[in-house]
Amino acid sequence: MAILRVDHLSKSFGATTVLTDIGLRVEKGEILIVIGPSGSGKTTLLRCIQCLEYPDRGTIMLDGVPFGRGDGPGRAWSPDPPRVLDAKRRRIGFVFQRFNLFANLTALDNVSIGPRRVLGVPSREARARAGAVLARLGLAEHAGKLPSQLSGGQQQRVAIARALSMDPLLMLFDEPTSALDPELVDEVLQTMRQLAASGMTMIVVTHELDFAREVGDRVVFMDGGRIVEEGSPAVVFNQPHEERTRAFLRRLLRTGAPHHVRRDAPSHGGAELGPDATAERRA
Amino acid sequence: MDTAELSSRFDFALIVESIPFLLRGAVYTVEVSLLAISFGLVLGWLLGLAAVSGLRWLRAITWAYVQFIRGTPLLVQIFLIYFGLPVFGIDIPAFWSGVIALGLNSGGFQAEIVRAGIESIDRGQTEAARSIGMSRVQTLLFILVPQAIRRVIPPLTNELITLTKSSSLLSAIAALELTHAGQLIIARTFAPFEIYTAVAALYLVMIALLSRVSALLERRVFVNY
Repeated sequence: MAILRVDHLSKSFGATTVLTDIGLRVEKGEILIVIGPSGSGKTTLLRCIQCLEYPDRGTIMLDGVPFGRGDGPGRAWSPDPPRVLDAKRRRIGFVFQRFNLFANLTALDNVSIGPRRVLGVPSREARARAGAVLARLGLAEHAGKLPSQLSGGQQQRVAIARALSMDPLLMLFDEPTSALDPELVDEVLQTMRQLAASGMTMIVVTHELDFAREVGDRVVFMDGGRIVEEGSPAVVFNQPHEERTRAFLRRLLRTGAPHHVRRDAPSHGGAELGPDATAERRA
Repeated sequence: MDTAELSSRFDFALIVESIPFLLRGAVYTVEVSLLAISFGLVLGWLLGLAAVSGLRWLRAITWAYVQFIRGTPLLVQIFLIYFGLPVFGIDIPAFWSGVIALGLNSGGFQAEIVRAGIESIDRGQTEAARSIGMSRVQTLLFILVPQAIRRVIPPLTNELITLTKSSSLLSAIAALELTHAGQLIIARTFAPFEIYTAVAALYLVMIALLSRVSALLERRVFVNY
């Protein structure tokens, strides 16, 4: 059974339609890669799955449990009551493009605060576990440091550890390396490989094509708020059926400009304006 | 005018003579201000948190309160409490009227400072907290408030300085604070220049101490990140 099922998901910001009738299945242990140009709705899709953004319509089912209410293409989606939503949210880990580590807490506290405050794990035990997670990711020596004292790559790895600390069923990565200096990208990808190898279910929005090819089980190409093409990395990257996919990949490989703006495609906010020069260089 | 003339006009002896009485006024001012500051801080944080809460009616009440406090003169607020409340049989002595009026007034302004401080924290902090399952309240208490505290210390210090100086308005309800103590001496000696100079100097000392405490707080206590 699919661990995540998304059906008929739609989302608009005002008059701008960002997602149209998205359907998605993710199996347990599967690594799903999401690619697509800027403004294609990748980030919004991830944010809707965790209800950081409320969808307008559609259903989201995590491990058989619905997120919010709404079914069928015609009916509006409505959120769960706050407590229920909080309890469901923590079963999905979210890794942000800009890390968003808690600026007032050390690395160790960033990782232990969830279990302590949300799950009620005693402080000593939570800290011990957080220390173990950090050690596993090679961050033991940084446990006592504040985010401002860590490099971008280290911050992102701590952020991954923080998401892991809640023992999630599914991890969402929103361009986790786009905000990093080129030389810091590999340590984060390495951590994600490690996570993938451990059997974690992951949805990864990325422009790192090598990583996608190597780790991904399945690739989804989005454009203009729709899923345009879907398949194994070998098919989507090497023999894409859709012209739009081919055009996007050509651009990514040749000019390294994944975020070219299509005049007819709505863009939503500045969230995806990261320094993507890295992506093309590695691709 | 030469120095001799100046000293003949400026009566230092009178200042020295008046110091004990002025100091008693200064102590009164410090007492009123400290109590009002404590009251205002508690009220300001409660209102500030209410202003960013998810409850619309709570935000509406806070908004209305802040509008009232900002939109009416402090002197009128003091009169409302000291002269207005006795109409309803609530008779509060000048000292406590001062504490309440200054505290209520300052609380309104502090609420705005606290609200702005919390809202200035990057939205990503909230999203990260919510994404690990924290509730709104937990996010506020464990993530946003600790980061906001450091940002609001400088504007809060300004507000506390304003409060301390505004306590001079309590002279209008004959509270025996520093300014009123000075007025009483002037009524007897007809030496406004000397006495108001001394009064001003005493305010300056009090404010300097307050600024010092706040600078220490900013640097030592909350400087962990």
